[in-house]
Amino acid sequence: MLHTVNKSSFERNSLQSCLNTIDDTSVILLIEDGVISAANNSKSSMIADLAAAGRVFALQGDVEARGISSKLADNIKLVDYAGFVDLVVEHGTAVSWV
Amino acid sequence: MATKKFMYLNRRSSFGTVYAIESLEVVLIAAAFEQDVSLAFMDDGVYQIVEGQNTDGIGMKNFSKTFHALGDYDINKLYVSKESLEERGLSESDLMPLVYEDEDDDWAEKSSIKVVTNDELKAIMSEQDVCLSF
Repeated sequence: MLHTVNKSSFERNSLQSCLNTIDDTSVILLIEDGVISAANNSKSSMIADLAAAGRVFALQGDVEARGISSKLADNIKLVDYAGFVDLVVEHGTAVSWV
Repeated sequence: MATKKFMYLNRRSSFGTVYAIESLEVVLIAAAFEQDVSLAFMDDGVYQIVEGQNTDGIGMKNFSKTFHALGDYDINKLYVSKESLEERGLSESDLMPLVYEDEDDDWAEKSSIKVVTNDELKAIMSEQDVCLSF
């Protein structure tokens, strides 16, 4: 499955709820304000293990819009919109944690 | 018209919701009425003034550049929460260099940004006539 998270972890618990229920093969794509969780900050530990396993992606345009390109946490994989589509195709069912 | 002290609390990042740009619009309106305007950036609001925002990839207007105009509207009190910056792994050097020219000091260029603790912000807020939260 593909889980997309579009809210900042500082404002909402969407990412935590996603992490609570994600299985061992699913991946997370951070989009819109969700990319704030891709920055190296006090919330980074939430996804550190998953990122180390190569299972955390962030949408590049949203990262650049927020000026955090140079501040990403370790092992976050950036994708563009085409990459977003590839993830949808590859992982089947998508869950949108709006 | 009597001058009042207006503070705008900016608590959300720029592009995920409409709050940030709406706040900036209202700030500019208040400035046009020559009120005493100050801004506070806290929580994810600190991301509004991070240097190097590039919205080419999301097709939205990069209104962060508008913050540079605030100095020309005599809006030069931009308070940024120290705690909010630190939580997000940010420091003052990550913020846009927002400045104004001080007419009382031979138009010297000075920073509009002041990083303050929550305790300091508490005191500044208590001096205000109006606080609007976005």
